[in-house]
Amino acid sequence: MRLLSRSSLLALAAGALVAVPATAQQRTLTYYGDFDPAPLAAFQTAIAEFEKANPDIDVVFQNFDHEGYKTAIRNFLTADPPDIANWYAGNRMAPFVNGGQFMDVSDVWAEHGLAESLASALPSMTLDGKQWGVPYTYYQWGIYFNRTLYDQVGAEVPSTWDEFIANCAKFKEAGIDCVTTGTKALWPAAGIFDYLDLRTNGYDFHMALTNGEVPWTDDRVKATFTEWAKLVEPGYVVANHAAVDWQDAAALLVQGKAANFVIGNFAVPYFKDGGMTDETLGFMPFPTITPDVPRAELAPIDSVHITAGAKNPDDAKKFLAYLATAEVQTKINEAFGQLPINKDSEVGDDPYLQAGFELLSTTEGGIAQFFDRDAPAEMAKIAMEGFQQFMIKPDKLDDILMRLEAARGRVYK
Amino acid sequence: MFPRPIEQTAPTTQLLYKLALPAALLLWLLPLLGVAVTSVRPSSDLAAGNYFGWPSAFAWQNYVEVFTNSPIGQYILNSFKVTIPAVIGAVALSCMTGFALGIYKFRSNLLIFFLFVAGNFVPAQILMIPVRNLTLQLGLYNSTSGLVLFHIAFQAGFCTLFMRNFIRALPRELIEAARVEGVSEVRIFWYVVLPLMRPALAALAVLVFTFVWNDYFWATVLTQSAASQPVTAGLYALNGQWIAAWQLVSAGSIVAALPPVLMFFLMQRHFIAGLTLGAVK
Amino acid sequence: MAVAHPPLSRTEAPSRSWWRRNQQRIAPLIFLAPGLFMFAVYVLIPIVQSLWLGFYDWDGLGARTWLGWANYVELWTDDAFWTSLKNNVIWLVLYMLAPPAGLLIAIFLNQNVTGIRVYKSLFFFPFVISQVVVGLIFSWFYAPNFGLFYKLIEAVTGTGVAVLADERFVTYGIIAAGLWPQVAYCMILYLTGLNSIAPEQVEAARLDGAKGWRMLWHVILPQLRPATFIAVVVTVIGALRSFDLVSIMTSGGPYGSSRVLSYYMYEQALSEYGYRMGYGAAIATVLFLIMMIFISGFIWKMVRDEREG
Repeated sequence: MRLLSRSSLLALAAGALVAVPATAQQRTLTYYGDFDPAPLAAFQTAIAEFEKANPDIDVVFQNFDHEGYKTAIRNFLTADPPDIANWYAGNRMAPFVNGGQFMDVSDVWAEHGLAESLASALPSMTLDGKQWGVPYTYYQWGIYFNRTLYDQVGAEVPSTWDEFIANCAKFKEAGIDCVTTGTKALWPAAGIFDYLDLRTNGYDFHMALTNGEVPWTDDRVKATFTEWAKLVEPGYVVANHAAVDWQDAAALLVQGKAANFVIGNFAVPYFKDGGMTDETLGFMPFPTITPDVPRAELAPIDSVHITAGAKNPDDAKKFLAYLATAEVQTKINEAFGQLPINKDSEVGDDPYLQAGFELLSTTEGGIAQFFDRDAPAEMAKIAMEGFQQFMIKPDKLDDILMRLEAARGRVYK
Repeated sequence: MFPRPIEQTAPTTQLLYKLALPAALLLWLLPLLGVAVTSVRPSSDLAAGNYFGWPSAFAWQNYVEVFTNSPIGQYILNSFKVTIPAVIGAVALSCMTGFALGIYKFRSNLLIFFLFVAGNFVPAQILMIPVRNLTLQLGLYNSTSGLVLFHIAFQAGFCTLFMRNFIRALPRELIEAARVEGVSEVRIFWYVVLPLMRPALAALAVLVFTFVWNDYFWATVLTQSAASQPVTAGLYALNGQWIAAWQLVSAGSIVAALPPVLMFFLMQRHFIAGLTLGAVK
Repeated sequence: MAVAHPPLSRTEAPSRSWWRRNQQRIAPLIFLAPGLFMFAVYVLIPIVQSLWLGFYDWDGLGARTWLGWANYVELWTDDAFWTSLKNNVIWLVLYMLAPPAGLLIAIFLNQNVTGIRVYKSLFFFPFVISQVVVGLIFSWFYAPNFGLFYKLIEAVTGTGVAVLADERFVTYGIIAAGLWPQVAYCMILYLTGLNSIAPEQVEAARLDGAKGWRMLWHVILPQLRPATFIAVVVTVIGALRSFDLVSIMTSGGPYGSSRVLSYYMYEQALSEYGYRMGYGAAIATVLFLIMMIFISGFIWKMVRDEREG
């Protein structure tokens, strides 16, 4: 297989160069990932460098397609575990941690001072006071907007939520949808909820909510939905978003039919492919709602983990430590077009990345992982359906909150 | 022959029919045309919202990209490695089981038939964990053979149903006559019944080929690496993590759909009416 | 049934082997054995294992906890379950349009003009293309703003209806997408069936003056019974499985209104957000029991028909 032979070839070449004595044995490290083509190439280079620096280790890497990986991982963790596997941080890794499928790597964090260099991701990698993997990338969320449309109706980039809503009225008059989104996959709606909650009630409250410590019928939750209703009830959100994927919704922004989109930075290449440029595509952090709440941001983290069934845990730990270094994170993220976690890494020139880096490094309030990673899987699904329903039928709010509350009782045992 | 052969009708009817055929086909395949057009669209068209309009450019390189972005050649080979043995195995086994259930009367006949039919109705998801564990224990996890064995076993249910019913419809006199002649049961099966089943065999082979070829779920459960994965699982590798490359998926799907259609086209000559007739002398 | 003893042929030895005497009794066992064995190992036993799983609480990774009937009790009060069940019934009913539609197309194509083989192959094509792509292209047909179907409705009634975003229409929209390959499937079954019709019966009926619908109903359809039986069986299977389309077109949405049992089971047991294998197995059991009602009904009818015929 193509991927296999390249790593092995490089390993062999590296081995020959360093003139390893014949008695030294090659230890293998198996690694399963789910990268896109461009990041895949970057990772393979990183792996090759690792092999060069550690000539007695041979990394056998296997790539899966992104969706298939989510099923495959549940099989291979029990069936035929690799040493290292990709996954996500936060509550998303909880099933595997609780099922004893991931290895505790707190020693790697302690040994290499990762709590310092990867500080922004520490809370998300920690469960029960221990660390379970190493993060290597994240990306910011925010509001991407069509500058041309803003100029057209004479709207200013808002800094508060009320200013944003006032702009929406202007857009509606001009026959433009203020906000576009595609909730077919549910999670874009969760992004809006996360931000509204973080801005209304703050990071600590939001974490408590996703941890099941706060009832959904609480007044503060209702306050978040009140703010949301300001957007939904006057009809500022594009119609029929439930039938549409985020990409189809993005097309509306590109075509100038909608003005704003609450989405992550991964959407930028797509906007540009459709014809937007650095001048026409704007980015702004989500506006403030409650004035003295410390600003928190959404930035989902991708991470690598060592499996409990790993045959070569020692080398796996070496690899994790390697992946945590500033240099490696810089290089990988260049290809990803995303942000490194390591605070000493450098960020690419792209204006949106720079804006994101600015945004995330000045966040005092805390970095949330996104609703479907912060909340347990089952709760996330039910809640996201509730968010979608609220956006279509805001008058059903009480029913929705009661349903969510009932789920909370069942899920968080 | 039903309906009345068109050659026997008035010339205008014949002409109408010959015009109606392509028109009906066009209407029928309209969605497919949608897929085909999408497959030659550049990705910028989709990003700009141009889904059904005239493509801004004909991106034939999508087809090339499909072959370069993913090891689709290997995937297609794997698909053949899984599908062909599975078809042969399932059809062969079910010829026998269909014969047994269709010709012979014995007490548990209906019960066993019932089991085959019932087992075929189950949702695939319910079998996932036990079958995966079994495949692991047999040491066949992540191999095409593991997939082949599963498909042979699972398709045997449907195929038995199919075969048994066709065999039941065959004229009994043939078999009785052969028995009177002293022909052994095995020879009856091989020389008398099997040739009569040819149209059914052909149809069944095409159907099973299509089912196994298009299977996505079991490919993801029982195989992991590109060395063993068939093309259905590989197609979704064309989708990125965030941005679904629908134009590539469309192109890939068309490529992946060609073998079953080809198979059907080739097997058509086996559907000959009156084959059964010829044997009843 | 009495085992008939074939008369001794002059070329055979007087003492026949035990096999020759008993082969009619043994033969079925031999022929059945390999197929039945494979089927039992890969399907029947796993079904039992999975049904048993419905009594446990298991996340697929760690240990199992015995729950008894608790999963089923929870199902009873689960709104999503009842929505799924209702949708499954709608699927079943509407999918029954597929065999007649398939028959009509098969009859339409059952001629011998030049190139008919190509036409038959191409009519079959929708069944062959991956269901995910079928779902995708129909989603785009229905999509708001740019979908052809949306624009058509807009042109006719003034406001567009986004079928997949509306809880009243979403299931029907998906069923329409599913019927496309399903009708192709029935068509090929009927084409096979039409090929095995005894021509002399048709000729005899024609001589008697039968034609058109009467011919179809009294002469053709009875001979198509095996094909009809299979067509109905696979259509029921297709209606109750319906997983790929629901998954790609709506993921069960909007907010779960197009969910079906097979998709719900997957969501609960195997999806990104579902780690409840026991609960999923319970749902699968319900689905299985529904299917069992149909199978029993069909087999009973089939046996009765065969006894009469």
